[in-house]
Amino acid sequence: MSGAADSPGVIRRLFEAKSLEEMSTPTKIVVYAILALWTLVVLFPLYWVLVTSFKVEVEVDSGPFYIPFVDFKPTLDAWNFMLLQNNTLGPYLNSIIVTLASTVLALLVGTLAAYALVRIRFEVKLAAIVTFLVLLVAVIVAVAALHTPWQVAGVVAIALFLLSLGTFVGRFKSAVGNNDIEFWMISNRIMPPIVAVLPIYVMFQQLHLLDTKFALIATYTGVNLPIVVWLTRDFFAGVPIDLEESAELDGASKFRVFFTIALPLVRSGLAATFMLVFILAWNEFLLALFLTNAKAQTMPVLVAAQNTTRGPQWWYMSVLIVIMIAPVIVIAAFLQKHIARGLLVGAVKG
Amino acid sequence: MTLAQAARTETSAHETRDEWIDRHSGRIMVLPATIILLCFAIFPLIVSVYLSLCRFALAGGSFTLTFIGLYNYKRLLFGAQQYHLIGTMKPIEKSGWIAFVVYAALVLYWLVRYVRTEFTIAGFIGRLISIALLTGLVLAALATLPPKAYQGTLLTTCMYVLFGVTAQFALGLGLALLCAQPIRGRSFFRVVFFIPLMVTPVGVAYMFRMFADMQKGPFAPVSHALGLGVWSWADQAWSARLMVLVGDTWQWTPFMFIVLLAAVENQPRDQLEAARLDGATGFQIFRDITWPAIAPIAATVVLIRLIEAFKIIDIPNVLTAGGPGLATESMTLHSFIAWRTQDLGGSAAIGYLLLFVSTVTCVSFFNYVVRLTRRYQ
Repeated sequence: MSGAADSPGVIRRLFEAKSLEEMSTPTKIVVYAILALWTLVVLFPLYWVLVTSFKVEVEVDSGPFYIPFVDFKPTLDAWNFMLLQNNTLGPYLNSIIVTLASTVLALLVGTLAAYALVRIRFEVKLAAIVTFLVLLVAVIVAVAALHTPWQVAGVVAIALFLLSLGTFVGRFKSAVGNNDIEFWMISNRIMPPIVAVLPIYVMFQQLHLLDTKFALIATYTGVNLPIVVWLTRDFFAGVPIDLEESAELDGASKFRVFFTIALPLVRSGLAATFMLVFILAWNEFLLALFLTNAKAQTMPVLVAAQNTTRGPQWWYMSVLIVIMIAPVIVIAAFLQKHIARGLLVGAVKG
Repeated sequence: MTLAQAARTETSAHETRDEWIDRHSGRIMVLPATIILLCFAIFPLIVSVYLSLCRFALAGGSFTLTFIGLYNYKRLLFGAQQYHLIGTMKPIEKSGWIAFVVYAALVLYWLVRYVRTEFTIAGFIGRLISIALLTGLVLAALATLPPKAYQGTLLTTCMYVLFGVTAQFALGLGLALLCAQPIRGRSFFRVVFFIPLMVTPVGVAYMFRMFADMQKGPFAPVSHALGLGVWSWADQAWSARLMVLVGDTWQWTPFMFIVLLAAVENQPRDQLEAARLDGATGFQIFRDITWPAIAPIAATVVLIRLIEAFKIIDIPNVLTAGGPGLATESMTLHSFIAWRTQDLGGSAAIGYLLLFVSTVTCVSFFNYVVRLTRRYQ
């Protein structure tokens, strides 16, 4: 498969200016008309949200007004209320902290794993995996059905697992390799979050970490990790290995090679991955709904909760939507070109 | 395994700590990711199986879990909750049976062709599983089509996935092909078309609710002029579903667009020019050069979208709260509602059924479509 191997060529072609070949005039008109129409489809709803945020209740209820200063007088009332009187800044801050922390963590852990999976050959004994799973199931059954304290069950299981590694596991030959590990990591993304969220809820409840930023950061890191591994492995695979090998000959450790040579080489790929994971974490709704209550509430939950008994108050809602979109657009404006490339390389390799 | 060798090397005192770290760097690098995935994917996955086989009851300040076997699944698939998951079924009408016969013939043809050309036991069993799921869904869909029958959350979710992903792919590909033409302002369109992907799905839902409000929204004058009066899309099952699909499509078309545009721009330039010199039409160029070049990427991008599309909750939850009736409720929303009513076992069972349907669909799509397109190259 091409893709990562000739990615410099891909990249050059992607962004080089194309010669303006001639199109016939009618074709041109049709093409521009369709593109303009879709621009309108994209921008008009956003425009409507923006103008609504400058309206007051009467202007929304008494019918549609389209253009500020012409058919209604814009005010900052809604902005004033949402930002100063209502507790919006708390969730906003929560969202920023949770999103940034989980994105950086997922990127760090994910790139480490992806790099190792590309550069180092792994062999995990199938027997070890089976033993591990059997013990995990045993622990869960013991805790849930027999009311063993989970700490005790956990320690016993770890001891048994270590014991098994030292004894019978070594006798079995069959093992899984890098591709299998990679596939396992990526396939976790197929799992709908609703399947995972109940046990995660119970887990954090037992640890008394419900409604904390830590719980959300840890969960988001886990949920977005497969995407990071999947995208970045192709970037690493596209980097020539010579540089790293010569550094290793000079005595640099694997970690040093990773941080000082491999990571900087794939920085544009990292930018794309960062953007994508940031968007996913920033907009995540279901997990935040389960895991937070008041203290650690994030913006999507706050927005969804605006459906009051009096019906949604559109002018307030619009303010929330606008301040939620703003930072993402700013970041995306900086990283926009990288995104297409990152997704392309990922998609080519699958 | 890491830990065993760790234990072994501790005994050899000749090695310094740095050397030990360097020798095991690969394992140390993969370990954090593995632990996180075990905590947030494998562990929940196993606990969920257990939950789905239990009845959950609050008792005082605590709760009890009673093991009840497959009861939760039985109730959802065949029992009292069937109306919610699958729908209210009525006998299939004559036209329905005709459609089913056509469907069965197509599936049989596909299977026979597979057996004749490339037969493996694993492949055959895989195809039987795919066909069993699809046939079940087709029969359920046909049985919920007659008057006074209603679709449940399973069929609604499949409908969102099928129509949503198709619409997004068609629009994304169309826009990408147009944007790849020699036009001015390409980067402008590229940036603008990307925006919807960045808006929170919850926000998209509210935005469309506000936008499509027939009394106060921007289209109120239009609906007045048409004399629609107090008609609202939210009162009809089909129009409410359509609204959900419109919101979903508005949000996700950019994803398809941005990747397909990159793919289209990446197609072999020399072949294109040669074809143009030979006077090939636009359609011929698309069919013989562009499509084979972008097919693997197109298939992969559809696969990614398929995976995510099954998880839909935000938009139906906010836009219509699942209504009218159950018409727009997705399976994730169904599971969430079950959780809210303290039916944890039922909630986990719905989640697992969703996992089953989406896994079979995605694996089938990967094996029958994505692999096929890669064979071109």
